[in-house]
Amino acid sequence: MSILAWTYIMVIITFGLYLFIAWRSRVKETKGFYIAGASVPPLANGMATAADWMSAASFISMAGLISFMGYSGAVYLMGWTGGYVLLALLLAPYLRKFGKFTVPDFVGDRYYSSTARVVALICAIFVSLTYVAGQMRGVGIVFSRFLEVDVNTGVVIGMAIVFFYASLGGMKGITYTQVAQYCVLIVAFIICAAAISLKITGNPVPQLGFGSTIIEGESAGKYILQALDGIHKDLGFSEYTSAFGPGDMSMLSVICITLALMVGTAGLPHVIIRFYTVPSVKAARLSAGYALFFIALLYTTAPTLAAFARYSMIDSVNNTSYAEAPSWFKNWEQTGLVAWYDKDGDGIIRYRDGAPFQGPPQFSGEVGEYGQRLVTNSPTDNENELYIDRDIIVLASPEMANLSPWIIGLMAAGGLAAALSTASGLLIVISSSVSHDLYYRIINRQASEKQRMLVGRVMVGIGVLMAGYLGINPPGFVAQVVAFAFGLAASSFFPVIILGIFTKWVNREGAIAGMISGIGFTMFYILQTRFMGVDPWFFGITAEGIGTIGMLINFAVTMSVSKFTKAPPPEIQELVESVRTPRGAGTAIDH
Amino acid sequence: MKKSFQEYWAKNLRLITILLIIWAVVSYGFGIILVKPLNAIWMGGFPLGFWFAQQGSIYVFVILIFVYCFLMNRLDRQYDVDEK
Repeated sequence: MSILAWTYIMVIITFGLYLFIAWRSRVKETKGFYIAGASVPPLANGMATAADWMSAASFISMAGLISFMGYSGAVYLMGWTGGYVLLALLLAPYLRKFGKFTVPDFVGDRYYSSTARVVALICAIFVSLTYVAGQMRGVGIVFSRFLEVDVNTGVVIGMAIVFFYASLGGMKGITYTQVAQYCVLIVAFIICAAAISLKITGNPVPQLGFGSTIIEGESAGKYILQALDGIHKDLGFSEYTSAFGPGDMSMLSVICITLALMVGTAGLPHVIIRFYTVPSVKAARLSAGYALFFIALLYTTAPTLAAFARYSMIDSVNNTSYAEAPSWFKNWEQTGLVAWYDKDGDGIIRYRDGAPFQGPPQFSGEVGEYGQRLVTNSPTDNENELYIDRDIIVLASPEMANLSPWIIGLMAAGGLAAALSTASGLLIVISSSVSHDLYYRIINRQASEKQRMLVGRVMVGIGVLMAGYLGINPPGFVAQVVAFAFGLAASSFFPVIILGIFTKWVNREGAIAGMISGIGFTMFYILQTRFMGVDPWFFGITAEGIGTIGMLINFAVTMSVSKFTKAPPPEIQELVESVRTPRGAGTAIDH
Repeated sequence: MKKSFQEYWAKNLRLITILLIIWAVVSYGFGIILVKPLNAIWMGGFPLGFWFAQQGSIYVFVILIFVYCFLMNRLDRQYDVDEK
């Protein structure tokens, strides 16, 4: 059977599974809809959190990014895992004891203020909406690459599926579909990495193969990283494992980006809210551990795939004539993710540092004398002749490792699982922020269960439509949008939640001023440097890392404003004391 | 009762501090600040700083959370504030 047929089979089977699970876990009351009835076992919550967390970017783009960044790719690896330590130690158990439905719930109650609730609600919607836009785009891209449909058609199919299971089952529905989605995505990713590791090093465990020697070819007997460093040096790149080399990020940038991603992780509402769904404080702690374990399975595998694919790609393509190039090269050339510009006309592909030509490839529709697709871009004056999209690393790796077609189909299903699970988690946050925090807590305190469920479901629908719109008309690159979401989460929620738990004297005025100044600064800086062409003026820190500074500003403003204004009332100080001990963490109370 | 709660909280804060110091040392310390000197040392097939940045720190993060779970559950029982 062909790759396309297998892909359709895998995608249809997995989608059927998700819909079946959603139907089985449909809910009728708000507690089920917002927090899955606070009855999810820690192990299942760990898997659901992992799927919720790992997006299309983690699954498809991250290994590719690392592959091209070498050492500096570590900012994503550490940044997107280290935040769970902060979550487990500083947030999850206390928020679970507090026991409400949403993140703005905590901010509103702890800071005894509807204004604080509204500010938190706006931050939550803003963060989730920026993030979900990238996910819907991701769904469309996976569809278009594997199923050969239009990107926009893919977005629409994804919207329909997510709407069905998120509106039917709410948090409960998405939790159990996320468990299934985690299994699909991790199996796909690991099979692929294991096969490529086995092929290159003879060791099927990628994390061990990463430190092993190459078994065949010119570099046989050398450690894989040693070989990569050597090849990089020969071709004019900086060494794969070397830090802060020429052209790479400075140490300050690496620190700031890593910290912004870690703190952003711990401040993302769709991640925090997962810890409301477990039955106890003990379960909240444990499920943070499981979540990171399941995430680490992918996150320790991704850098190995990055290195293997990099080696395999350079080894099989560089200094090879186009006629003898491997078949994956020509397959992906058809999708426009690979292009070759034969600068010296010798028919041999030469891969060196630098861009081969200006901008992304524009194909003329004609083929050159060796059968390559010609591009109309004007060439650069360096020696590099090869354009490679970063996403190719994951997408083409099953073919690089000569895996059978059904595994390629599984990869497509895995990519879709990653994108859909994250999108649905974000939609629940948008829905619960509006239907619970805004509609029930502020507009209509007399609303019945039925009315609130209806508003919740309608909000999922509106959220899907907005996400779909942004997916079809993306506001810039997906990666930029994601950087935005992390920076905003780091600079808005993290400081006020931490201070709300670990101090009793931080008050309403401080929290409101802190959230507004943190998110305001971060948003301003990102807009300036990313969209208005201003150079990064704050110690050269880029948009990805600026959330760290936004967070520090938030901490500073919250604390100093609190010092000069009235201390919180006694009942709030008691509330803070009560969240510090686990006993009495019942199920969520909804007043 | 009041005193034992304060003691419980102080012990919790101490545990969090120790674990977060380890968290910072493996990631920011070994993985970023000391990466250059550590990269001069090869352990098996890995330059050490690179290994901490792309593999080791993540393993340590996972272990830290499970250690925290275990020690906190014990502390909860000792101070009789656990869930029943």
